[in-house]
Amino acid sequence: MNDRIPGFGTLAVHAGAQPDPTTGARATPIYQTTSFVFNDADHAASLFGLQSFGNIYTRITNPTTAVLEERVAALEGGTAALAVASGHAAQLVVFQQLLQPGDEFIASRKLYGGSINQFSHAFKSFGWNVVWADPDDVPSFERAVTDKTKAIFIESIANPAGSITDIEAVAAVARKAGVPLIVDNTLATPYLIKPIDHGADIVVHSLTKFLGGHGNSLGGIIVDAGTFDWSKGNKYPVLSEPRPEYHGIKLQETFGNFAFAIACRVLGLRDLGPALSPFNAFLIQTGIETLPLRMQRHSDNAKAVAEWLSAHPKVAAVNYSGLSDNRYHTLARKYAPKGAGAVFTFSLKGGYDAGVSLVSNLKLFSHLANVGDTRSLVIHPASTTHSQLDDEAKTRSGAGPDVVRLSVGIEDKEDLIADLEQALNA
Amino acid sequence: MNHDSYNDAYIREILNTVKTVAMVGASPQNVRPSYFVFKYLAERGYDMIPINPGQVGKSLLGKPFVASLQEIGRPVDMIDIFRSAEHVMPIVDIALTLDPLPKVVWMQLGVRHDEAAAKLEAAGIKVVMNRCPKIEYGRLSSEIQWMGVNSRTLSSKRAPIPTQGMRLSLNRSSLGGGSTAAADRVAQQNNKDKNDTA
Repeated sequence: MNDRIPGFGTLAVHAGAQPDPTTGARATPIYQTTSFVFNDADHAASLFGLQSFGNIYTRITNPTTAVLEERVAALEGGTAALAVASGHAAQLVVFQQLLQPGDEFIASRKLYGGSINQFSHAFKSFGWNVVWADPDDVPSFERAVTDKTKAIFIESIANPAGSITDIEAVAAVARKAGVPLIVDNTLATPYLIKPIDHGADIVVHSLTKFLGGHGNSLGGIIVDAGTFDWSKGNKYPVLSEPRPEYHGIKLQETFGNFAFAIACRVLGLRDLGPALSPFNAFLIQTGIETLPLRMQRHSDNAKAVAEWLSAHPKVAAVNYSGLSDNRYHTLARKYAPKGAGAVFTFSLKGGYDAGVSLVSNLKLFSHLANVGDTRSLVIHPASTTHSQLDDEAKTRSGAGPDVVRLSVGIEDKEDLIADLEQALNA
Repeated sequence: MNHDSYNDAYIREILNTVKTVAMVGASPQNVRPSYFVFKYLAERGYDMIPINPGQVGKSLLGKPFVASLQEIGRPVDMIDIFRSAEHVMPIVDIALTLDPLPKVVWMQLGVRHDEAAAKLEAAGIKVVMNRCPKIEYGRLSSEIQWMGVNSRTLSSKRAPIPTQGMRLSLNRSSLGGGSTAAADRVAQQNNKDKNDTA
């Protein structure tokens, strides 16, 4: 009954979850079912018409997944969230609500390579045109704005180089342009950075990474900040105009400050179909219960490893914004004071060959294409995640040929440093 | 009082205590929000009265339409205004002639009229603006969580199974207010911008 605001750790454990109404089960049950029975024809009709709260079919809502959604919405400080099958699916669903064929959106050049591909190629076939801007030169976003611009997209901590984006400065550009700012907060998680506090209107995640945290489940999520007025200037007809598939309901009028999340669910997810498995939702929300503990440990370990590497004679450079000589250190201290995350890159004096040799000699770090696992991970982006980019784009996104990326896990840092030492000396 | 954001305690007390609700602008069309808010509140046990002069002689879910607030003929606890802001003041003026006065005047999502609110509050009537009672009831009971909405409440007690006509417990512990800090901030700014232009 009180209005005490619980801390992040309490929300990570409790938000969205409540003992099961029928059994009293304290852990959230896995509702592994495709469908839910209707009370009667009238109940069915009112559910289909978005007039009642309730479940119809797991492609649209599921009680296990709903717990995950509310939990991430609470941790990010948003009004609502929608979980989907992957981070890529989250981006697809978000942009489908915002863009009509021929529209543009502005995206940071420094993104996960998979996002660069999705925006450059897959989205092009829908007539959605990406315009690139440089996160280290915020006015480049402003210069890219046209009357077709419908959104701005950045990563809070950029993959792979771990650079920090000045979210508030880009948010100011978005506000001036009258478009929403979308922030991919995957590498930071809300434990390190809460983009909504800095002006983001929509937050997306690959849940696969630090939120799930154990490298066992794919997932993605969209968080609605509840901050954007979709009715201005008829720029977002999906939100402001009557929807023919729901008998003329206007989503913003009906759902207010969580209308965007509803649009993503009842239009995007319903019609495109990338639903999250309830089992994955269960594993991911179990992971989130320990997010604050893991994320602090990930960051502390990463800092120790980065410091050790930067003193190593074979290392040419370490790009970790948690180091005081890094060009992003001031931004890191402002946006991520608890730690600069666990993903960063470094380059070796021996170039490409030394990088390949390091990766093959590591015994504890796993060579694979993921980040945000409890286990420490290593990859050579130029030959893997960013291999489909041309050389210029590779270098621009921080994935040049001599670059090795680490995702530092939650093992003992002494063991991680010992592994790197033996591999560098091998 | 501040109408940019509301404490959960304020909303909870209203939803827990009012029984009779007159809805001004109730629509017989089942795709209009007024229709399904009316239906939801009736299902949750509120004594609902539909007000719409164009529908007199017909009824809404078994409740006969009434032409105006004066013609209800019995006391109402709450008036829910489903009309846009420019229609609010005349409705409020009528509400202030009722005897006994209503305890609460609630204006729907998107409807805000600070002058009308001040007038009502001066007469001791509680005011809620730019909110939906269905959303607030769903939020405080956590029923709305099924749609991925942040209820801003926590509970370690077994959840109720909602059934037709059942009142849900709204007594979950609240996280400091009806909306998120970011959404509140924007609401406040928008209202300030509106007043500055006016």
